[in-house]
Amino acid sequence: MKIRANLAIGGGLTVLALAVGIFGPWLAHTDPIMDANLMNAELPPSREFWFGTDQQGRDIWSRVMYGAQISLTVGVVSQLINTAIGTALGVTAGYWGGWWDDFVNGLTNLMLAIPSLIFALAIMAILGPGLTSLLIALGLTNWSYTCRISRAQALAVKSQGYVQAARVLGYGDFRIMFTQILPNTLGPIIVIATLGMGGTILAEAALSFLGLGVRPPSPSWGSMLSDARETITTAPWLSLFPGMAIFLTVLGLNLLGDGLRDILDPQSRSRR
Amino acid sequence: MSGANMPLLSVEDLHISLTTDAGRFPAVEGVSFSIARGETVGLVGESGCGKSITALSIMGLLRDPLGLAGGKIKLSGQEIQNLPASQLRALRGKRIAMIFQEPMTALNPLKAVGTQIAEMFVLHQGASWREAEAKAVDALTQVKVPAPAQRAKDFPHQLSGGMRQRVMIAIALACEPDLLIADEPTTALDVTVQSEIVDLMKELCAARGTAILMISHDLGLVTDTCKRVCVMYAGRIVEQQDSERIFNSPQHPYTQGLVASLPRLGMRARHGRRRLTEIAGVVPGITSYPAGCRFHPRCTRRTEICETVVPELTALAEGSLVRCHHHG
Repeated sequence: MKIRANLAIGGGLTVLALAVGIFGPWLAHTDPIMDANLMNAELPPSREFWFGTDQQGRDIWSRVMYGAQISLTVGVVSQLINTAIGTALGVTAGYWGGWWDDFVNGLTNLMLAIPSLIFALAIMAILGPGLTSLLIALGLTNWSYTCRISRAQALAVKSQGYVQAARVLGYGDFRIMFTQILPNTLGPIIVIATLGMGGTILAEAALSFLGLGVRPPSPSWGSMLSDARETITTAPWLSLFPGMAIFLTVLGLNLLGDGLRDILDPQSRSRR
Repeated sequence: MSGANMPLLSVEDLHISLTTDAGRFPAVEGVSFSIARGETVGLVGESGCGKSITALSIMGLLRDPLGLAGGKIKLSGQEIQNLPASQLRALRGKRIAMIFQEPMTALNPLKAVGTQIAEMFVLHQGASWREAEAKAVDALTQVKVPAPAQRAKDFPHQLSGGMRQRVMIAIALACEPDLLIADEPTTALDVTVQSEIVDLMKELCAARGTAILMISHDLGLVTDTCKRVCVMYAGRIVEQQDSERIFNSPQHPYTQGLVASLPRLGMRARHGRRRLTEIAGVVPGITSYPAGCRFHPRCTRRTEICETVVPELTALAEGSLVRCHHHG
């Protein structure tokens, strides 16, 4: 099988981001929190400080390396929660229909009507700040799109001949959902999940900016971006490098999702 | 009835209703027929006459807005129309199997065909996946798929329509069901492939003693395949005869019209250029079935009685049945 460009680039970037997330502490030059030195404040990139330094003179390279852990954890884990909730609700609603479908639809509309950041804030207010509550808050707020998509897919797939055939051949409801409907709805769900991962990485930034989630000295890409807002004209490298990190990670995830969808669809696989 | 001559499937006075906002309409009314073990019976009629939903009701798969409104469905003497869902599910695929019109869409596009056949053994016989995969290759051999071990690894889109229908037959017959319902099994296929598939189906079912209920709009195909034919019109069975006789002595005006409208080879040479015969008028919609005999607006033999009185099924010689006031 030929390897497609989007799969190679996306997979490469995602592996790179994961590698940074795992090996960040070894790749960093300095401690991201303790090595503040106001003598070095806001230095542009140089041989000593590859990505420059921030207002407190901390090495941005090191902070980006460490920040990967938090940003990726939030992105991956909370999006997994979103996908699990959204798919479970969406597929069952689409397949069973009836009052359950009405209920799930109402819930989805409710979620879409509430600004997700406000909802996440409310959950954070109840759970208190911290990484775990951040994961839960973001995991509970963004499942409505996945739910919509998977419900629509389930509705479309449900009327396919092979689902009808499975019913005639004596398959039970859950077997039909797992073996017939879920695999055939997976493509769009994977794409939505990878897109959403970028979204949750950005939402984490917003919540950290508001003082919830990751507490100030520990670095995450989002909180670094937020801190850099005031100096974007005087010291653009403060926002450039965490921004690039987010950009490349999200790009990699999207390309990967795209490539995965091609692999999961046997028709497009043999078309090549 | 004793076990020996008890029919495998008997449908008695089946009523299916269609419920819409405008009210309840009879989609199928008073349909009765029976199939003996190993027998082949055809159900012929136009689109919308109720033949497919009759099949679905046998499988217990009527969905809203369609619902069973009366009658009994017996499998080996046991009433199955009110069985709980789990028991019905155990029957489906194991004792009654079904193949569909569209082999293009009736297979899961994301699974190798061998796996889809194997799933039947896992589901209904509790086989392990390893032995089920081996049995699946056997099943493909039996439906005469060349290079079955390789084809088992193929995905549905890699196979031709005829091959896919063979796979469907392999899936349907995997658990050696007592009854195979074939709903327009060859409509989507080329004529040459059609006869191969029908021959294969007949041969395999005969070897296993599986009865066939063949549903089609193609009178020629059904009479070729089946021993007995039921003709349906607008939700009712209008005539039931042996296949051999239905062409030579159709009794109901609708069947006569059907037989007359079939194009025959060599007609033009013998009788010159002629228009094909047709039945005047159109099939009534389900919401506007006429009173009395439902065929009367299109019938050449109608009299006053046809407009008000529903004709009963009349038994003729040799076990034939006809529903017409003026049959013959």
